[in-house]
Amino acid sequence: MRIAVQAESFDLGAEANAFAAGVAGAGAVVTFTGVVRDLPEGGLQAMEIEHYPGMTQKAITAIAEEATQRWGLCDLLVIHRYGRLAPGEAIMMVATAAAHRAAAFEAAEFLMDYLKSRAPFWKKEITTAGGDWVAAKDADEAALDRW
Amino acid sequence: MQVLYFAWVRERIGVPREAVETEAATVADLVADLIAREDRYAAAFADLSALRVALDQELAEFDAPLAGVREVAFFPPMTGG
Repeated sequence: MRIAVQAESFDLGAEANAFAAGVAGAGAVVTFTGVVRDLPEGGLQAMEIEHYPGMTQKAITAIAEEATQRWGLCDLLVIHRYGRLAPGEAIMMVATAAAHRAAAFEAAEFLMDYLKSRAPFWKKEITTAGGDWVAAKDADEAALDRW
Repeated sequence: MQVLYFAWVRERIGVPREAVETEAATVADLVADLIAREDRYAAAFADLSALRVALDQELAEFDAPLAGVREVAFFPPMTGG
């Protein structure tokens, strides 16, 4: 299990390949990547991501350990960036490896739902008009109910 | 204790962290104590339903006791992923 909280960009292909090559006994590897999306009306200059350094690693580790136990994962990887990101840049990725695909897919979805509202990150959208903190959606909180 | 603020809570209060001397027994008491000090705290804590709190880096409730707590953090609902 590797959890990286970093400002630096990452190479999705290289990370996915290294992860897949490093797992023994897995029949399924699922990866998900979150990308900075432009605003519907355009004009996004950057996304600033703030986090809580002392808590972030611990919170993600707790979520990851639960996923590993619940779905019997062979391995998992979480990379989450912070700092100033441009539209189109990857914000984060999750990879899960399991014996079968159902567990790998479900565990990845579980990780994403929990990272969204339980990992201490906050996003601010920067435009020429200024900055707007992204509000959490009720749907994100509701998504936790299914687990 | 150390009190930390993130995102718009940090912006409204004007500092990312500060040492606070308080007799507050619970998180809610601490909030009331801060609100009584200066307007910028009142602005940040106007709607507690829009806020989350962590005690020593674990999510907690506003009625949680502060005994033994070294670090309190206030922030809006998280938007990771």
